[in-house]
Amino acid sequence: MSAISNGYILNEITEQFPVSVIDSLESYGMLTVEVKAADIVNILNYLKHHPQIQMNFLTDVCGVHYPDQVGKELGAVYHVHSFVNNVRLRLKCFASVENPQIPSITSVFEAANWQERETFDFYGIEFTNHPNLKRILNVDEMDYFPLRKEYPLEDQTRTDKDDTYFGR
Amino acid sequence: MSTIQLTDAPAGLEGQGFFATSFEKAVGLARANSIWPLPFATSCCGIEFMATMASNYDLARFGSERISFSPRQADLLMVMGTIAKKMGPVLKQVYLQMAEPRWVIAVGACASSGGIFDTYSVLQGIDKVIPVDVYVPGCPPRPEQIIDGITKIQELVKNEPLRRRNSPEYKALLASYGIQ
Repeated sequence: MSAISNGYILNEITEQFPVSVIDSLESYGMLTVEVKAADIVNILNYLKHHPQIQMNFLTDVCGVHYPDQVGKELGAVYHVHSFVNNVRLRLKCFASVENPQIPSITSVFEAANWQERETFDFYGIEFTNHPNLKRILNVDEMDYFPLRKEYPLEDQTRTDKDDTYFGR
Repeated sequence: MSTIQLTDAPAGLEGQGFFATSFEKAVGLARANSIWPLPFATSCCGIEFMATMASNYDLARFGSERISFSPRQADLLMVMGTIAKKMGPVLKQVYLQMAEPRWVIAVGACASSGGIFDTYSVLQGIDKVIPVDVYVPGCPPRPEQIIDGITKIQELVKNEPLRRRNSPEYKALLASYGIQ
């Protein structure tokens, strides 16, 4: 059992950043907090250096695309882990597809460097103040962001498949 | 009594103390039975190739004893496995480093057509970047099938005219891949 509860963490965040917290949800015992994109650096910095919570490890940064969620189509999801308390937390923040800018958290967690590059590579989320924001996994010449929903998963250069049998 | 079988002599004029054939056939015979392959193995087809090379299937029986790990000395590029788009330029570079005459065999579904990886990151067949002589189907193909592909290559090598690599058709083929 973790030493601190999800309720305590949510309380601390809400008290410190009352206008930043948009929504929260607990699923399968893991707390998810949706926050304003502009405050993500401050919130993570606060959680990392909080004397009790000590969210000292960034597990993952990833992207998500909800085309129907007008105005907040693109999201970045941060998973953080407190080794001290053995408790995990998920933070989400969203930006519009027209202006997909979210501040980079590399000033708080150096490990976010490559993970933000990957998220940029696949979803086109521009992490402002990132030291080296360029593609990391796909070919440099790629001119689109392949995991956005408007692009089909299948490669469009394939010539040997009959579309009617392969659900294109 | 030895059980070693020698390769049949090519068609030619034979008499007492002499044998005359075309230079082309003599060269083809020599080349076909001493192919130096360069394995470009990226996934499970590469494992099948290792079995093909090893003692049970023994590719050396077909004259390919010496695997060349330098493209400069290789005759046959064996591409075995999924080639991601990011690997495409690397594969082409390896092909360009090989000296003529050079042959290419695509082993397995992925190298031939992209296979099950019908996705944005995978090259849909290596013939998108380099010309291919023989395709071996299978996912992955058994060593027997790879050996069958090698013998098909041997047939090509044996019957290739000496001037083929200088022909306008061959130059046009390379030009279609943007090579020279």
